[in-house]
Amino acid sequence: MHPAYSVILFTTASGAGYGLLALAGLAGLSHGAASSAAFALTSMAVALGLISLGLLSSTFHLGHPERAWRAFSQWRTSWLSREGVAAVATYVPALLFGYAWAFAGPGIAVMGILAAIMSAITVYCTGMIYATVPTVRQWTHRLVVPVYLSFALATGAVLLLAISHLFNRQQVAQVVIAVVALGVVLVLKLAYWNSIDKAERTLTIGSATGLGFLGEVRQLEAPHTTKNYLMREMGYKVGRKHAAKLRRIVVLGLGGAIIFTLLTQALSPGLATASALLAVLWAMIAAVTERWLFFAEAEHVVNLFYGKQAA
Amino acid sequence: MTSLPDTSAPGQKKLGLVIDLDICVGCQACAVSCKEWNTQGYSAPLIEDDPYGAEPMGPWLNRVHAYETHSESGDQVVHFPRSCLHCEQPACVTVCPTGASYKRAEDGIVLVNPDTCIGCKLCSWACPYGAREYDHVDGVMKKCTLCVDRIYNEHLEPEDRMPACVRACPTGARHFGDLGDADSDVSRLVSARGGYDLLPEMNYKPVNKYLPPRPRRDGGGNDLQAEALDGRAVAGTDGSVSERFFAWVDSKLSD
Repeated sequence: MHPAYSVILFTTASGAGYGLLALAGLAGLSHGAASSAAFALTSMAVALGLISLGLLSSTFHLGHPERAWRAFSQWRTSWLSREGVAAVATYVPALLFGYAWAFAGPGIAVMGILAAIMSAITVYCTGMIYATVPTVRQWTHRLVVPVYLSFALATGAVLLLAISHLFNRQQVAQVVIAVVALGVVLVLKLAYWNSIDKAERTLTIGSATGLGFLGEVRQLEAPHTTKNYLMREMGYKVGRKHAAKLRRIVVLGLGGAIIFTLLTQALSPGLATASALLAVLWAMIAAVTERWLFFAEAEHVVNLFYGKQAA
Repeated sequence: MTSLPDTSAPGQKKLGLVIDLDICVGCQACAVSCKEWNTQGYSAPLIEDDPYGAEPMGPWLNRVHAYETHSESGDQVVHFPRSCLHCEQPACVTVCPTGASYKRAEDGIVLVNPDTCIGCKLCSWACPYGAREYDHVDGVMKKCTLCVDRIYNEHLEPEDRMPACVRACPTGARHFGDLGDADSDVSRLVSARGGYDLLPEMNYKPVNKYLPPRPRRDGGGNDLQAEALDGRAVAGTDGSVSERFFAWVDSKLSD
């Protein structure tokens, strides 16, 4: 599948934003109002800023962005519609929580937990958009949704740690959450790659065309001489060597983020802040590369009609 | 809207195509007439980007592939038209976030409303058959309408009230009818010829059916091809004077 930059930016930026929002909500639930309004406002501005940036960028790849509001209507069947509804609905508890957290307003516990739950639901919907596309075996995999959720939590956790360091509000618990979440992403992603590499390709050009009973099937002539929409959108191929290199970048990014997160505990305050910011950088490099690969390694069934032997 | 209509009732109308792969010669008439009709019909316009340039690209709602098959018993070329199969379980419809994609309850035709489509392309991802092509110029998804603007059109002569591709096919390889009616011509054709579904394992339950190529009488032409490649068979004589003369001329000219 063709990796659209707007969709990669959307899922990684909004994922990190929802992760940060969920953790901030849980912090408000357990600690009450923030000890510094500036810290609370910065965290909320970063979280909602990333979410809004992501949602905006997701409309860039639409043919008719001005009709985007219509996407809230089909939540009964469409995960994309559900995601839109959940994303917009999350702003309500998020803004109420942000106010209560920064200015010791009412309802902080309820709004905090609601914001965290709504964040998780929204990221779950994002993952389900892909997990319910039956034509791509790499997407219907059962680890797709857990990877989306854990990546959001991990990138949100390193963001929270970095912001905490900037305002001198860092806690050991934040380090633990970030390291565990990054570790979970790493394990899930390695298991996912191992699984999709090993999985049998059950659909063949013979079953797609129904001509398998005549023997080996090959495409003799394509219906058109230049690439059409299907070949550009679904036919995107990434070289095996290239993919292996990019997978290593994801692993290195996650590993680097874990190391820089742990280093914040060992370094002097100034260096610890720099280390926390570097952890964010490495985690985001891993997230963006992973999301690019998620599209580039996805093999769509329609390629069978264009001569691919199995999918 | 994107919820699928209940089509389980017996006798439910399921309009669709039956494509005879035994007869199709790959002339592309169906693809061209489809583009011609639909660039002025329901899906209008079907604009080509850079039409006279090096890389023209635009939506076509019907595409004709050619495949070759190879086995011990013979090789064969099969021309293979591919368009929307108007599935009974179309995931392209249920994933649509706006309700622009829908399946008609009355006849099962799957359509896109060009006035409400936002061009998110998710439906094209959900289709295993490549039936939907995005129109970059229009910013909406295009697909086969089963010529919904022809088949019920009382301004057309009765013999023209069928999809443009069926009307255009010079060999009679395309048939249109109600596949929900077990007694219809198309249903009888499907049962007589062993019509089949594409990618049945994906469970989209396509309405359109394909009729398999019949076995070749000459074993796929392998024997004739072998003879043609082996020059002796062609240059051989039956022993008559004239044959021997021409064989002599042939051998002299071949030296």
